[in-house]
Amino acid sequence: MNEALRVLLLQDYNTRLVVIGTAMLGGAAGLAGTFLMLRKRALLGDAVAHATLPGVVLTFILLALTGGNPRSLPWLLGGAAVFGTLGMLTVVLIRRWSRLKDDTALGIVLSVFFGFGVCLLSIASRLEGVNAAGLSSFIYGKTASMLMIDAVLIGGVALTIVAVVAVFYKELKLLCFDQDFAASQGLPVLALDVVLMGLIVAATVIGLQSVGLILVVALLVIPPAAARCWTHRLNRMLVLSAGIGAASGLFGSALSALAANLPAGAIIVLVAASLFLLSFFVGSERGVLWRLIRRWRLEREVGMQHLLRAVWELAEKEAGPGRIGEGAVGKERLMQVRSWSGKSLDRLVRRAVREDFLTDTPAGLRLTNRGERNAARHVRNHRLWELFLIRHADTAPSRVDRGADLIEHVLDEDLVAELEAELSANGSQVPVPASPHKVVPT
Amino acid sequence: MTWTIFDTWIAITGSLVAMSCALLGNFLMLRRMSMMGDAISHTVLPGLVAAFLLTGSRDVLPMFIGAILIGLLTAFLVQAISRYGSLDEGSVMGVVFTTLFALGLLLIVQAADKVDLDPSCVLYGAIELTPIDVRTILGHDIPIAALTNGIMLLVNAIIVVLFYKEFKLTAFDATFARSLGVNSGLMHYLLMSLVAATCVAAFESVGSILVIAMLIVPPACAFLLTRRLSAMIAVSLIVGIASAWGGHAAAVWVPLQLGLDSTSTAGGMATVAGLIFLTVFLLSPRNGLLAQVAGRLLLSLRFARIDLLGQFYRALERGGMELGLERSQLRSMAEAGFWRDPALFVMRLRGEVQTAAGRWRLTPHGELCARRHIRTHRLWESYLAEKAGMAPEKVHPSASRLGYFTQGAIEAELERKAGHSQRDPHDREIPE
Amino acid sequence: MSESPLPLRVTDLTVAYQRRPVLWDIDLEIPGGTLTAVIGPNGAGKSTLIKAVLELIPRTSGRVEFFGQPLASARHRVAYVPQRESVDWDFPVTALDVVTMGLYRQVGWFRRVGARQRATATEALAKVGMDSYAHRQISQLSGGQQQRVFLARALAQDAELYLMDEPFAGVDVKTEQAIVAILKELREAGRTVIVVHHDLHTVRSYFDRVALLNMRIIAAGPVGEVFNDENLQRTYGGRLTLLSDAVEAMASRR
Repeated sequence: MNEALRVLLLQDYNTRLVVIGTAMLGGAAGLAGTFLMLRKRALLGDAVAHATLPGVVLTFILLALTGGNPRSLPWLLGGAAVFGTLGMLTVVLIRRWSRLKDDTALGIVLSVFFGFGVCLLSIASRLEGVNAAGLSSFIYGKTASMLMIDAVLIGGVALTIVAVVAVFYKELKLLCFDQDFAASQGLPVLALDVVLMGLIVAATVIGLQSVGLILVVALLVIPPAAARCWTHRLNRMLVLSAGIGAASGLFGSALSALAANLPAGAIIVLVAASLFLLSFFVGSERGVLWRLIRRWRLEREVGMQHLLRAVWELAEKEAGPGRIGEGAVGKERLMQVRSWSGKSLDRLVRRAVREDFLTDTPAGLRLTNRGERNAARHVRNHRLWELFLIRHADTAPSRVDRGADLIEHVLDEDLVAELEAELSANGSQVPVPASPHKVVPT
Repeated sequence: MTWTIFDTWIAITGSLVAMSCALLGNFLMLRRMSMMGDAISHTVLPGLVAAFLLTGSRDVLPMFIGAILIGLLTAFLVQAISRYGSLDEGSVMGVVFTTLFALGLLLIVQAADKVDLDPSCVLYGAIELTPIDVRTILGHDIPIAALTNGIMLLVNAIIVVLFYKEFKLTAFDATFARSLGVNSGLMHYLLMSLVAATCVAAFESVGSILVIAMLIVPPACAFLLTRRLSAMIAVSLIVGIASAWGGHAAAVWVPLQLGLDSTSTAGGMATVAGLIFLTVFLLSPRNGLLAQVAGRLLLSLRFARIDLLGQFYRALERGGMELGLERSQLRSMAEAGFWRDPALFVMRLRGEVQTAAGRWRLTPHGELCARRHIRTHRLWESYLAEKAGMAPEKVHPSASRLGYFTQGAIEAELERKAGHSQRDPHDREIPE
Repeated sequence: MSESPLPLRVTDLTVAYQRRPVLWDIDLEIPGGTLTAVIGPNGAGKSTLIKAVLELIPRTSGRVEFFGQPLASARHRVAYVPQRESVDWDFPVTALDVVTMGLYRQVGWFRRVGARQRATATEALAKVGMDSYAHRQISQLSGGQQQRVFLARALAQDAELYLMDEPFAGVDVKTEQAIVAILKELREAGRTVIVVHHDLHTVRSYFDRVALLNMRIIAAGPVGEVFNDENLQRTYGGRLTLLSDAVEAMASRR
């Protein structure tokens, strides 16, 4: 317990280094990843990450053969950046000069570069007098071995990413939203794309050491996806995404420092994934939970509207257009009008009685005063919408909103008045005009 | 070094893996789901570990069941999250596969004492060791890995043959397939299960990275080489086999030349597959980079030749061609531009021009060709002016461009539509 | 020579788009202070014309001048309204954000959008009757409202020449009326507007000039002079099969 506290309070020098370095990495990747996702190229990061392996190993071998320090992180990351860029260029080249689709181009680069890297790795591990064991940490990630200079390097690159995003914020935003318009404004679209891809390579490369090249794409993809569930504003999304990324790095690396058998890369990704799950369910903008509740409410509401309208319209058939008289409506007749099952109708009726819309008499269902007012409003809305759809068939579909409480809330008053006049011209009374088509039990 | 029976078995096992993957990969690629193969080959890891932990054994059946379930789960999660979260599929794939893979890694490390599974083995396998573990069937020692993957290939082949037209239809147009009553959702999940099962069959011998390479690269090569699905499948299988044999040979031979030990065969196979792709990408007769570039060069040459023929003919018309044209006069033929000299060279080869004392002139054969092109050009000019209503002073560039491409049926049609004209809009004679 | 240069002059413009030539030797002159409709059948190259003029797609040949200058030096005087379908309306920005995008050029590199730009953008939104929606996320707007946001973005640029790609596609009556009113206002203010249009019925009432396009300019000029049955027949009816065959042959060889 004492140990845990020490780690969490960052009292240990090395832990502090690691945790802060990974948090900065997470933040920077979250920023860069947001633009990558909005540009609909999320998996490019995966291809770039896998493509770095031969770069890392080749640099390692060269350093070992030339007598340098084969574990020098700056050199290894430099090699990774070169091959990451090469991989990205290959994707672009395949896309430009062949009929292959994006995903195939990504898959080719990812697997072939990585396969080549595996060959080199196998060679490196058999070089005499060299211990290549550390190289596998680039595949699965290992934070514990971070040195001060490594942390400074990672932090420096992360800060550069933040700075570039801040400086080119509005240009990158326009590029991702509307490339054609950006070009028509004279923005150098190609150069901006290069800047964005540069950010991706940079974020990937500094993530290699701590998260590993298989999972580093998670830092580019998961934080923006989580942030998207909370907001519709890009600036907030960027801040949130960076925050989620930083939090994942922070808690992930701190957690993994607690015990020996918690691999850092996996823990960081799992922390990020839990934040995503949380956002996915309760995110304020797209949270699935809210959406399900909203849909459930709407279904209840629409069910009630259908019941009241059906009762009203059946009564109208007895009493004449626009009136309902005192008639009661039997459940069997309701069953014929709509596809209710007996059970669901019973449940609906019970709720309507409870809410004082209907009274259940032996003769059948009868609308209360409150129920009649409500039903009349729904019938009127429904008929006006229907007429609107018929009269303005060319443009109506995009404007119809049956969920709207009153048609006036969506269409302007003149139009509603016009529709109303047309309905009453067909021989019926307002407030509740006759239906444009006959109500027939089907 | 010598090639032993071990090497043969390694290459055979590799070929079997490559073929089962390539077979499925064709449909993945056509459905634009290549990266789904990547995702599933990562996510089988937690499925395997869970199967180990639950059964405590390395039995084949639980492993396959675990992998298929996790494959289905991956496909389901990707669909559900992208639908309910309105996120694009690429991002969601990234979210899902990294999360599940991380979970698998964590499980392995946590249960290291119970599970005999090395994460790096999952990535790049140990195909070099497969020939050691054999089972004797009908008096032959057959490596178990070859058996497993052979059976997997058989299963994949049978299912693909049985549902060939359904797979084809859903890959081409899922909505239309649904309207015909083909359950494209079911086909999707079937394909994903097969991919997951193939991953498991392959992982022990070659690792997931080779699975991804073989799912994607051979079909991509085949796609660039053929246009029919059946041919594409055949070509992808051949590329798969070639990568396997070539890959193992290269992994053994190339490092030896550099004075090193042999390297990873799985990596070698992926690399060789990549090299085959590079070759196809550059040299494919129809779509290759070189073919595209060469096509453009030949076209430019043809344009230049036609322009030069026209220039010669106009000079002939003006008179004073008895002595031919000098290089300096030719230089003014700006339309041919950079391509003038190469075009002249080609024309001399074709016997259309001859040169004497630094002067160039048309041969009788060349004159015939030139006359024909001028006729086409001027017929186009009249057609554009009369039928398309273009201003006479503007028709020349359009007529030139159209002229480059006027052959066969179009030439005949042009004769029919405008062949009656005697003079072009510039009131020059149209040669017969 | 005292008259000011034309807002748009296109000479000999040819465009090969996705290997297929879609525009042939276009010559077009648009005088200032006019509303011009570009009409023609599907695939006639209407949008391509706008995009090629703005250098969004490479031109095979030809010259385009804005106010007597190349695009690079006249960019601030030109505004573009792309087709509504060309962007992802799920993008996390508000209506106001989209409108301020029209001012990024004016803001320049390395600087943030300020209060002044936001005020200009709000004003532009008010002109299209969308000011109360300024802080809505764009996916929550109806098709017509999205189109009005795009229009507002162009208005915010305060340009002299407006190029609009199908602004009336799939919008409701109210939006169509609002857009037409704005177009006429622009003309009163001496601005020039070119609109890719698809509804032949409204050409007469909305526009004063028309360019009939089908790979080539069939006719261009005042509506009263060129918008007649004969020209429409030539634009929409009877394609010149020989010409399109030849073009097809070119496409397959490229």
